[in-house]
Amino acid sequence: MKFDTPAGQNPIDQLKVVGKPTDRIDGKYKTTGTAPYAYERHDVVANQAYGYVLGAGVAKGRLRGLNVAAARRAPGVIAVVSTLDTPKLGLGRMNTASLFGGPEIQHYHQAIALVVAETFEQARAAAYLIKADYASEPGAFDLAAAAKSAKPVEGGSGEGSGSGAEDRTGDFEKAFADAAVRFDETFTTPDESHAMMEPHATIAAWEGDKLTLWTSNQMIAWSKGSLAKILGISAENIRVDSPYIGGGFGGKLFVRADAVLAALGAKAAKRPVKVALTRPLIANNTTHRPATIQRIRIGATKDGQITAIAHESTSGNLPSGRPETAVDQTKLLYAGANRLTGMKLAHLDLPEGNAMRAPGEAPGLMALEIAMDEMAEKLGLDPVAFRIRNDTQVDPGHPERPFSHRNLVGCLEQGAERFGWSKRNPTPGQVRDGHWLVGIGMAAGFRNNQLTKSGARVRLDAKGIVTVETDMTDIGTGSYTIIAQTAAEMMGLPLDRVVVRLGDSDFPASAGSGGQWGANNATAGVYAACVKLREAVAQKLGINSADAVFADGEVRSGNRAAPLAQASADGDLSGEDSIEYGDLSKKQQQSTFAGHFVEVGVDMHTAEVRVRRMLAVCAAGRILNPKSARSQVIGGMTMGVGAALMEELAVDTKRGFFVNHDLAGYEVPVHADIPHQEVIFLDEVDPMSSPMKAKGVGELGICGVGAAVANAIYNATGIRVRDYPITLDKLLDRMPDAA
Amino acid sequence: MTSPRDFELNRRELVVGATAAGALTTLPKGAQAEQASMDQPVLAKVGLTVNGQRRELELDTRTSLLDAAREHLHLTGSKKGCDHGQCGACTMIVDGRRINACLTLAVMHQDSEIVTIEGLGQPGNLHPMQAAFVEHDGYQCGYCTPGQICSGVAVLAEIKAGIPSHVTADLNGPMQVTEAEIRERMSGNICRCGAYSNIVEAMTEVAGRPA
Repeated sequence: MKFDTPAGQNPIDQLKVVGKPTDRIDGKYKTTGTAPYAYERHDVVANQAYGYVLGAGVAKGRLRGLNVAAARRAPGVIAVVSTLDTPKLGLGRMNTASLFGGPEIQHYHQAIALVVAETFEQARAAAYLIKADYASEPGAFDLAAAAKSAKPVEGGSGEGSGSGAEDRTGDFEKAFADAAVRFDETFTTPDESHAMMEPHATIAAWEGDKLTLWTSNQMIAWSKGSLAKILGISAENIRVDSPYIGGGFGGKLFVRADAVLAALGAKAAKRPVKVALTRPLIANNTTHRPATIQRIRIGATKDGQITAIAHESTSGNLPSGRPETAVDQTKLLYAGANRLTGMKLAHLDLPEGNAMRAPGEAPGLMALEIAMDEMAEKLGLDPVAFRIRNDTQVDPGHPERPFSHRNLVGCLEQGAERFGWSKRNPTPGQVRDGHWLVGIGMAAGFRNNQLTKSGARVRLDAKGIVTVETDMTDIGTGSYTIIAQTAAEMMGLPLDRVVVRLGDSDFPASAGSGGQWGANNATAGVYAACVKLREAVAQKLGINSADAVFADGEVRSGNRAAPLAQASADGDLSGEDSIEYGDLSKKQQQSTFAGHFVEVGVDMHTAEVRVRRMLAVCAAGRILNPKSARSQVIGGMTMGVGAALMEELAVDTKRGFFVNHDLAGYEVPVHADIPHQEVIFLDEVDPMSSPMKAKGVGELGICGVGAAVANAIYNATGIRVRDYPITLDKLLDRMPDAA
Repeated sequence: MTSPRDFELNRRELVVGATAAGALTTLPKGAQAEQASMDQPVLAKVGLTVNGQRRELELDTRTSLLDAAREHLHLTGSKKGCDHGQCGACTMIVDGRRINACLTLAVMHQDSEIVTIEGLGQPGNLHPMQAAFVEHDGYQCGYCTPGQICSGVAVLAEIKAGIPSHVTADLNGPMQVTEAEIRERMSGNICRCGAYSNIVEAMTEVAGRPA
């Protein structure tokens, strides 16, 4: 189905099933431990052996030798796969560093060997008998130092945001110089780790030339193609299956070493092999969100009209790696005739930087939305009012392009009302509650809506059950449930008459899970397939499909009504199609918007920050399931609190690795860090996005939250911290007198 | 949806699988630690009760309780998020107390009474805490969920038993199931998807207070 004109009235608009806060249909499996994740699939193939990955102990150089003799002799060991016995493998889609093969070490904990043994304990013990001889080389590990030689770069995040090396509108320098009020500050955000709860894991089995991988991956079709490239085999001979994914956040967009080494290990051992990356390996072996250094300049008239805005960001990566696209949202979020955005990329020999939840916008808004708070204060304006004054209904760089639907103002106004913003004391450090200094802050949230092709197959059986098959993934996003809701709505069935099967590369290729594009595109693909199935049903029943109504398990047309299952009484009927997009998103800018509001308490004596209240008001088109969508948003808000207050991969700039590479050292929010969170969805639809009239919401929740926390800390204490995370050591020596 | 992936776990196959996996490790029967050379794994027998069923295992002594459940008994509901006691995904209730099953060796649990997520309830027969997690969407990806639920059940029992926490204000008064108590006691169970706000609501409901 080609979607190239705005959606009119369609069966989804009935909202009998779609739009309801339905419990997840996979909930009973997740809560009973019966949902099968990759490493646990004892049932799929017999005789699984255990693989254990060994990572490099240096950050850069060559492996002169790898003595695996003792490991090979160790009890229970079936095979040892050495990187020195393996030619350098090709790169998969969006891989920057080689996953395995050859003597070159590009980053710390790069996989150099896999031990396959009868048991996990034997494989682990044998792996530590391997002796590596490294020829270590000096590398660049310090972004602040490398930034001086960073080069202008254009690039995309792979998840929607992207920018040129330098993009200009008007004459920024002149307008900034002429501006009555000017702001010019530099911000830093640290390297961050996805830290999803389920480690990367794969079971691999060969049957002749055919390879099956039961794995944990967000993008099935990408991965199938990538594995073919990496392993040098035909994609037709590969099957990838990933029905449950224990979190991804971008860390499982791409094929990683677990999948490659499970495949190589299974080949060497001549039997199925299961491999999970150990937790301490993940931060350095896989990808991370790169640190940034961001300079923001804003010029405005005395009454708060932005006349000039510039956002420049420098990040680092391995050679051929991509920049963190932290400037992209600044092209679209606020008005202003004179604009400049630019990116630079420094060469670093740290592990590969790549997409993490809202790549670009998450760190970009952490800087921009502090800048807006500071600028509002310079102007003597309320931060909410300053943002509303600079709202734009068109792409400021291309004024002929309107937004398809933009209600940022509604988010900010409703949020301010709901949160009690009018009671905020704009003078910092004035509000006390016992030994707590209390402050509230806000920020705008912004993330683009991505349209991408997505397919599905739906089948109606003789019992009247509709089964949806698509390689779409559910990484906690609620895909199972919203896909079932879509099919139920389209076919006029209750939810329990729909079966959803996901994550298998034998199913039609979908949008997959990334860039908050999953929900809208995958359900639109299911919509398209259901249109085909409706046609097949109508034809079978001899009903004109144009005026057929599918409701209450029946198909009705005029005075006729027939049970849906009658159409499939003598054989299953199926429909398969994809949603494909025309140029609607080029003509009009499709984005999602939020207003984030946060209250913090800062301990007067210790400068400990506690988040006390959080609210997000979101404008993201039709909300397909308010319960699971709300969870996506509070999850983003939680990760945003982590980014603001604690998350930072500590770089050893001498040895070139992330030191705190486990869940004890890399701190993420826990229960005690997160208060009750409130989310409001504005009641809206966006007919430009798809027949579902929905947009992405999974990453909007993290966009802007960090700055809202930072602004609340400023309001509480009067201390402005521009270097994330805002740990208490950055506050302590500047705290107001406790007396 | 009638099964997690259109397949039903076949109980008989599970038992057969467990037996086969057990057979792999029958090297030196009754080996003594001092007799074992560097390259001989030490096996030991352990008998424990898991979800009401007596299980006899012969295990490499290095096997964690978590791996005994996941790899030998094929009870994969308990998750391995870190294997270092940092995340709580492996939480089981052992002799009435919640523990990180990755931080304890299986052979240390002779005659232990172990309850895993599978023992609390099943898809057609949910424990009230499991049902509350579904109702309040107290999960997203689901990987930390079994640990959160086991921990949640045990936390309410701890409060009922009058075991204080860091945030308990009055050690002499009756213990209350407050949101602060829940957040404090649950902080060993990380949820990276960020379902905390909903988990607190689910637990509050189960504790019999309005959410």
